[in-house]
Amino acid sequence: MSKRYAMVIDLRRCVGCQTCTAACKSANATPPGVQWRRVLDIETGKFPDVHRTFLPVACMHCANPPCMHVCPTTATKQREDGLVTIDYDLCIGCSNCIMACPYDARSIEHTPRYAYGEPMQSETARFDPERLSVATKCTFCIERIDLAADTGQTPGVDPEVTPACVNSCISGAMLFGDVNDPQSNVSMLLADTKHFRMHEELGTDPSVYYIWDGAKNGAET
Amino acid sequence: MSESRKIGDRMPPRQQRNWDARAAANFICGGAGGGLLFATALASGHGEDLRPLVAAALALVGIGLLAVWLEIGRPWRALNVYLNAMTSWMTREAMMAPLLFASGAVAILSNSPAAFWVAGLLGLVYVYCQARMLQANKGIPAWRHASCVGMIVATGVAEGVGLLCAGALVSPGLAIFGVFLAALLAVRFLAWWKYLACLRTTGVPVGTSRAFDAVDARFVWLGHVVPAVLGVAAGLAGLPLLAVLAGVLAAATGGWFKYTLVCRAAFTQGFALPRTPSRGAGSAGPGVQPGWNRARPL
Repeated sequence: MSKRYAMVIDLRRCVGCQTCTAACKSANATPPGVQWRRVLDIETGKFPDVHRTFLPVACMHCANPPCMHVCPTTATKQREDGLVTIDYDLCIGCSNCIMACPYDARSIEHTPRYAYGEPMQSETARFDPERLSVATKCTFCIERIDLAADTGQTPGVDPEVTPACVNSCISGAMLFGDVNDPQSNVSMLLADTKHFRMHEELGTDPSVYYIWDGAKNGAET
Repeated sequence: MSESRKIGDRMPPRQQRNWDARAAANFICGGAGGGLLFATALASGHGEDLRPLVAAALALVGIGLLAVWLEIGRPWRALNVYLNAMTSWMTREAMMAPLLFASGAVAILSNSPAAFWVAGLLGLVYVYCQARMLQANKGIPAWRHASCVGMIVATGVAEGVGLLCAGALVSPGLAIFGVFLAALLAVRFLAWWKYLACLRTTGVPVGTSRAFDAVDARFVWLGHVVPAVLGVAAGLAGLPLLAVLAGVLAAATGGWFKYTLVCRAAFTQGFALPRTPSRGAGSAGPGVQPGWNRARPL
């Protein structure tokens, strides 16, 4: 069976520090206003029975990605390991994939934007004109995962080949690995916990799992 | 609905901003153009010279495509749109366009009913492609219903026959199609009613409900009741000016509906929590789906 990389996020552990958001911006040099990963801050209930939940969201790298099906140019593709990719050279910036994604995961920027109006040296150095006027999104740090083929390391275990957000998580709430391998870190954690996937009813088969409680008695997905 | 300025607060649905009036223009003009081609096919045995209407239909489709070309981020790569006929309805719509223009040109040059029918059926397929393109967008709850396809197709055909009736301004004999327009408006009303019923049953973002509630009564009266009455009167009494008025109302309200659908009612899915997690000493809580008028079972 081929690999299928997935992310497991333990909502019990996430403290909403946004370190993953910052790590993603740092690793991928996204412009102001574009966040491939972000953490939603949700307050529910009524006093005194209130809950506060932090929900990290990004591209779910769906097994049945609606963004890929609607893409008229085949710029959005799916790899054998489950990663959903965008070919910036093919994309025409029609935004159809943005409409198709139920996870609000994609962005298009038509003009360069900088944190303080004028570009800083670091922004100039990392500016990528290929990303203007095309769809962009979380890649699961694809270049790191591809590095694993050369180094023999394991994504999700070795930091050099693991997504930046997972490496940065201060509370160990985010894990990454091959969900098709029953011995992987993510598979073993999912086997022991109650979890769900976002908007499963839409048939997208997302690759991000959210743990909401422990001691599973039968899968609740 | 006001939109939060903080990206971290974007849990409820928000109005999409990526497809603006230019994208709406493609659905408005393309739908009306495709519908008008179909209408000219229906009227091709009537003995009127329908070639100016075919030319108008092609111009409408062209304006729609030009508008969407002006919207895409990388217009000079536009021909890449033809690369995914396997699954993309946008590709299929784009593939229909040259066939539409070629068959329309043949119809104009030959003035043959067969050519009108080929162009008309291709026009209908073009409208269907647009409808399926919207439905394929799972991220917009207002679009992904199957009933949205019926509504878009019914609107396109009604707009087309409306514009055919508007042609009575120069070809008074077309006024007789006012009765047919009234029948099509009855179909569009049923499609609208069914579409709204589906949205209420399955639930939609609050913003979507508000956008449709804001236009519902005027859309029904100005887009259906009034033009249907005018159309029947025009058809039975042979009054071209009434047919023109009915046709213009039917077409304009169809465009208004599509503008509302694309630019006003298109709210994103937002996020939902089937359960709030157990944290610390606290236990897990019930789920939430903010910003929806009827939360799905959690």
